[in-house]
Amino acid sequence: MTPHMLTRSLDRGATIFLVIVAACGILIPLSNLLLPAGSFLQVPTYLVALWGKYVCYAILALAIDLIWGYCGILSLGHGAFFALGGYAMGMYLMRQIGTRGVYGNPILPDFMVFLNYPKLPWYWYGFDMFWFAALMVLVVPGLLAFCFGWLAFRSRVTGVYLSIITQAMTYALLLAFFRNDFGFGGNNGLTDFKDILGFNVQAEGTRAALFALSCLGLIVSFLICRAVVSSKLGKVLIAIRDAESRSRFLGYRVESYKLFVFTLSACMAGVAGALYVPQVGIINPSEFAPGNSIEAVIWVAVGGRGTLVGAALGAVVVNYAKTFFTSGMLAPYWLFMLGAMFILVTLLLPKGIIGTFNAWWESSKERRIAETTASAAAEDGVTEPKMAE
Amino acid sequence: MPAKLSARLCSLLLSLFLIAFALPAFAGPFEDAVAKFANDDYSDTEEAIGVVASSGNPLAYPIISALQDGRLMADPDSKKVYVTGADGKSIDAATGQPVASVPDSASAVRLNNRLRRSVDAAVGGLTLMSPDVTARIQAAQSVFKSHEESALEAVNTALAKETNKSAKAALGDARAAILLFKSDATEVEKLEAVATIKARGDQEALAMLTGIGADQPASVTKAATSAIASIQSSLAIWSTVQNAWYGLSLGSVLLLAAIGLAITFGVMGVINMAHGEMVMIGAYTTFVVQEVIRTRYPALFDYSLLIAVPLAFLVAGAIGVVIERSIIRFLYGRPLETLLATWGLSLVLQQVVRTMFGPTNREVGNPSWMSGAFEVGQITITYNRLWILVFTLAVFGILLAMLRYTALGLEMRAVTQNRRMAASMGIATSRVDALTFGLGSGIAGIAGVALSQIDNVSPNLGQSYIIDSFMVVVFGGVGNLWGTLVGAFTLGIANKFLEPVAGAVLGKIAILVLIILFIQKRPRGLFALKGRAVEA
Repeated sequence: MTPHMLTRSLDRGATIFLVIVAACGILIPLSNLLLPAGSFLQVPTYLVALWGKYVCYAILALAIDLIWGYCGILSLGHGAFFALGGYAMGMYLMRQIGTRGVYGNPILPDFMVFLNYPKLPWYWYGFDMFWFAALMVLVVPGLLAFCFGWLAFRSRVTGVYLSIITQAMTYALLLAFFRNDFGFGGNNGLTDFKDILGFNVQAEGTRAALFALSCLGLIVSFLICRAVVSSKLGKVLIAIRDAESRSRFLGYRVESYKLFVFTLSACMAGVAGALYVPQVGIINPSEFAPGNSIEAVIWVAVGGRGTLVGAALGAVVVNYAKTFFTSGMLAPYWLFMLGAMFILVTLLLPKGIIGTFNAWWESSKERRIAETTASAAAEDGVTEPKMAE
Repeated sequence: MPAKLSARLCSLLLSLFLIAFALPAFAGPFEDAVAKFANDDYSDTEEAIGVVASSGNPLAYPIISALQDGRLMADPDSKKVYVTGADGKSIDAATGQPVASVPDSASAVRLNNRLRRSVDAAVGGLTLMSPDVTARIQAAQSVFKSHEESALEAVNTALAKETNKSAKAALGDARAAILLFKSDATEVEKLEAVATIKARGDQEALAMLTGIGADQPASVTKAATSAIASIQSSLAIWSTVQNAWYGLSLGSVLLLAAIGLAITFGVMGVINMAHGEMVMIGAYTTFVVQEVIRTRYPALFDYSLLIAVPLAFLVAGAIGVVIERSIIRFLYGRPLETLLATWGLSLVLQQVVRTMFGPTNREVGNPSWMSGAFEVGQITITYNRLWILVFTLAVFGILLAMLRYTALGLEMRAVTQNRRMAASMGIATSRVDALTFGLGSGIAGIAGVALSQIDNVSPNLGQSYIIDSFMVVVFGGVGNLWGTLVGAFTLGIANKFLEPVAGAVLGKIAILVLIILFIQKRPRGLFALKGRAVEA
């Protein structure tokens, strides 16, 4: 990424967004670690973990916005890529438990001992090394997205059909991961993690570091997305979104563009999942539930599709609201609110928060410019002739 | 100590003396045998069971069944045995005379596992003569399974008296099973037995013929081997038939759930994620109807479904029209947004139902004409599955006729094919949209009535069908009801044939993956619409 590309891809909103994320990523961990517990400005550890979760969701939302907002691909199965990344990280964390598990088996994770696995399945090899797990976090979701997209885009499965088969994909994975003999812990998933890279995952320092890393992940993902959408490639993507057949007739290989951006987006979702797992301490098959993926889409819709900043903002706002409402007296009404949010946003706020704000900002700027020109013109004494008088 | 010992000896002698006096008074093998129950000795008890069971005495059945249930009380001091009934009244086992109370010193006659088996066999033999036909058939079947030689006499007697056809067949099977394993049966008898068991032709017959052992005459072994082969091949055919039936049954459920969607998605192009909730609303309507009937007019219970069907259609249809007017009509031409809005709607509807009826499963009963089952060859067909299949095909037929022969159907087809042209010809397209959506939702409601008979009625009922329904519509081809029919039955049957091979979950996963791959090949489904409508 050249500096030129960077400056070109950043407008004012994006800069503000990056500064805020960077500030949070530095200040929140510092406040958590340096200030004495209970002090007014100290951020408690549980909040660090909670906000770390939101930041991971924001990365997932960015990934969805990249394909939905800029290329018109509505994936209802992005939760699957998120969960696959999470499972890759979870497998590494499981292998790190070593002999500290309930059964004390140095190689096999507890659930495998429990289910009488004679030895480690081949697809668990290598996950005791962090670099391998980190690679798999990108490769597994990326490969699945590549194969899926290669089949789907080449045969021109578009629109709602694509949405429905992505949903079928995540549903199939949900069913598969629920099986005990699939080798990923079945119903209970992977949990009871101890160490990550030798640091205790429960420790305050590790949590703060993970939070900072998640913020860094968000910044990097955002920069990648900006670079993609503001490049020539991004223009083609937008053209595909608005008029797919026309772009094809103009000579662009629509399926290659779609495939690239779909795979990239899946890798980002995988990274989000990998950062998510050590912070929440568990990954289980319910992450594959089609409902989760659809909920992630609504974050983007609330924030504003095709704005990137809006996607991240929407993820944080909706999840903050979810935490706020599901923990209090209003818990039974949360689903009403979530449902109403889906309906009202699509009906009344189709551009989302950021999109609506941008439109308002643009129009008020135009009005101001018009006013200044008008008043400047009045001072110059050049007014329009008042014919009627 | 010596004093105590001598006291015991004295009482023993006294009781022996008493018995010596008492026995002649009871003379007769039956009474002797009954008295043996009081000895608290397993081999004596076994002997007693054998004698009592074969005595033909009318008290034999009450005694043996009391023994089986631990209600046979024996007093070791007086050597008297009592049968206590479930109602607390007792009779003397030897005489059948009612007694005022069982002495405190009496305790239940103890059994061990070996004895329990002979008790079961004895009860089986005794119930062969029971006045109740089903009890006789059951007894014959249990004799068939145990093939105890001791029951042969009882089976022969019962067979001679039996008049009921199916009971006679069951007794014949039981007799064949006994003869097959009886070491001193003649070769001819054994060959006949093999033929009888072969004619029975089920899993149990197969297991029995496989387990006859090596000490049989060569001709019997040969006949058994060929019988095994023929049973196996007929069982394979029956299992195929059974899978096909299960597949048809699953297909009818899928079709029922998907038909409404085929209207809203196929004809109107609207992705209605709240479709499953319309099914759920139909199921809850059934629940409410049954609840009212139960409390007010219990006699009408058998008609509850007939009442629920039109009600569910009206309730779900009305909700559908309201949804179309208030939400969906603003989203035409934006299918992805429709998808999100209706998903939100489904969350709201689920939560409304959860608030009103609670999150747990509600009980919806089967009317008498839908419960039970009948057998065709080796497979069992339950009435509720059969009725659902019939009902589904009826709904499909009515819907097809409606689209073809009514004015609304004509208008709907016109709007589907070319909205602007239809509007120009004077069709009120927005009214047709609302009615179409209402029709689709109403049919989903009807589906809910049927599904309430085989599935749990809970707020999540609809969610479990939504993905499957979309798969059916997409697989069959959008905008084509016949495609939906073929799609539903293909998926249902494929699923049921994969299940025994791969297991239920893997079979389902395989189907999902196959559909995903299929859509790559034919993005518009099995029966794609051709022409301009495709691009609309």
